[in-house]
Amino acid sequence: MDNRKLISLPMMRPGQSGRVIQIRGGQGMINRLNSMGILPGKKITKVSSMLMRGPVTIQVDRVRVAIGFGMASKILVEEE
Amino acid sequence: MKVLLMGNPNVGKSVIFSRLTGVHVIASNYPGTTVGYTHGYMKLGEKPAEIIDVPGTYTLEPTCDAEEIASRMLADGEVVINVVNATNLERNLYLTLQLLEKHVPVIIALNVWDDTKHRGIHIDLEKLRLLLGVPVIPTVAVTGQGIKELAESIPHAISLDLPVRSRDERWAAVGDIIEQVQRITRRHHTWTERLEDASVSPLTGGAIALSILAAVFFVVRFIGEGLIAHVFDPLFQNVWAPTILKVSSFLGEGGLLHDVVVGKVVAGEIDFVESFGLLSTGVYIPFAMVLPYIIAFYLVLGILEDTGYLPRLAVLMDTFMHRLGLHGYAIIPTLLGFGCNVPAVLSTRILESKRERFIAATLVSVAVPCAALQAMIFGMVGAHGGQYVAIIYGTLFVSWIILGFILNHATKGFSPELLIEIPPYRLPSWQTVFKKLWMRVRGFLKEAIPIILGAVAVINVLYFFGIFDAIARFTAPVVSDLLGLPKEAITALVVGFLRKDMAMGMLAPLALSAKQLVVGSVVLSMFFPCVATFVVLLKELGVANMLKSAGIMIIAAFLAGGILNLIL
Repeated sequence: MDNRKLISLPMMRPGQSGRVIQIRGGQGMINRLNSMGILPGKKITKVSSMLMRGPVTIQVDRVRVAIGFGMASKILVEEE
Repeated sequence: MKVLLMGNPNVGKSVIFSRLTGVHVIASNYPGTTVGYTHGYMKLGEKPAEIIDVPGTYTLEPTCDAEEIASRMLADGEVVINVVNATNLERNLYLTLQLLEKHVPVIIALNVWDDTKHRGIHIDLEKLRLLLGVPVIPTVAVTGQGIKELAESIPHAISLDLPVRSRDERWAAVGDIIEQVQRITRRHHTWTERLEDASVSPLTGGAIALSILAAVFFVVRFIGEGLIAHVFDPLFQNVWAPTILKVSSFLGEGGLLHDVVVGKVVAGEIDFVESFGLLSTGVYIPFAMVLPYIIAFYLVLGILEDTGYLPRLAVLMDTFMHRLGLHGYAIIPTLLGFGCNVPAVLSTRILESKRERFIAATLVSVAVPCAALQAMIFGMVGAHGGQYVAIIYGTLFVSWIILGFILNHATKGFSPELLIEIPPYRLPSWQTVFKKLWMRVRGFLKEAIPIILGAVAVINVLYFFGIFDAIARFTAPVVSDLLGLPKEAITALVVGFLRKDMAMGMLAPLALSAKQLVVGSVVLSMFFPCVATFVVLLKELGVANMLKSAGIMIIAAFLAGGILNLIL
């Protein structure tokens, strides 16, 4: 478990899946993400990201969620 | 009895609400359609029950204004109908468990039930009922399936004494339930899913957005023009005009009463735009010039709303909107503003911070002309050539960007990050589209007709007594020297406070050049909001921010108008 590789959402490739490990943000941001089902342990798949630091769209459970670039960069995922 | 409809955003609460109460509310396929709350009544056995459509919420620990309203309303609900999206049980059940911890009687409407089959989702209903311990009724709100059973189950709502859990425990419990009741069969991507992903990818997304916006523009113009040319105009010229002329001769072809009721008759002809009587211009502007475009715009908007495309546009526009101090979702109030600024300002509640709401509401009021005003611009300025209409839209667009840029830097704080759920594409149901269209058209007629008729009457009387001449002399320096308009144009600006379509109509008798019309249209669009928008701005922003916003509008309007007057 020590040598696992963590990357942030914007760094993932479209179509790539992973498991959320950590959300590096304030309590407010963690609350908002959690309430939408994005929390450590959840499996997510990246759908796409917009150019020029645009939002990242992911699929979590059966929903697509768009997350602003700044917030997406703080979500760390273990690649699968 | 008070029954609350609660659930995640965009699960169909408003559609269920309409089905239960018969009260029609605007429902669309994007999160945050309902920002205030609506209530209606239904018969439950002998007694009426009050049904309340609560704005969607992901959690009872509120993270934004709409969610705060939702959790506050829970305090006085006697029964909760928890509307759950069956195609996304995992996320929806979190709120369900929170509700069950609150000791209120709950029943569950498992909505979008029909979609589970072709999405390969199998839900064991019996087991779900057993595990949750409350009634679960599968529903398809758009077709009405299961609504009767749902209504009959309201008295059987059950209150559980679940202990309050921590967030992690709750998610673990959700995972547990899902494991036992839901089975997913793999299947191939459908073409709508491919299209869904293509519309949030950079290259294809941009192309799709441009094609959709172009299509919207052409379809709205096509329907609007078509209705005017083939329905409303012939009706007015061939049927209505002879009738009014009879009234005119009956009233003696002159005098105050005649001028108020019929307006000026030149050489035995009614000029519907310029005559300016109650029966001529007062009826012609709302029905023959504005209504066709209202119908066209809201038909197209309704379809667009129900497909689920709008949140994707928000994703696409996010980076750009951040430069204006907003995030992508602010595109929704902006688009609604092209219909009417009132619902646009109300819908700024979907934005998280006060700062964003102030910027979004101000930008809409300044740079987004409502459908009524646009119809008049097309009708009056379009006659001089499309390039003049383009100058008006171009000026408004540039003002939108410049002002947004300034507000972003001048207002304290920062723009929060976008975080939205993207709904799947759905084929709009014609029934909902037309119901929505009818509600909006009726809203327009109820709002516009009394104000326009009242204004025509009052303005005629004021003219008769020369009041406007006095005002015009006083404001001539600004109107004539700065904007290059005849001093009488001040009446249009004054009337613009009531209704902007009416105000444009008042420019008609002044025989303006194309350039003057452009300046007039731009100033009218940007200058002070109409009274209906003014009232909601006041309510949503508070007095201090409203004054700030109004100041910005006035300065922006005169700057833009003055500059156009200089360079055109």
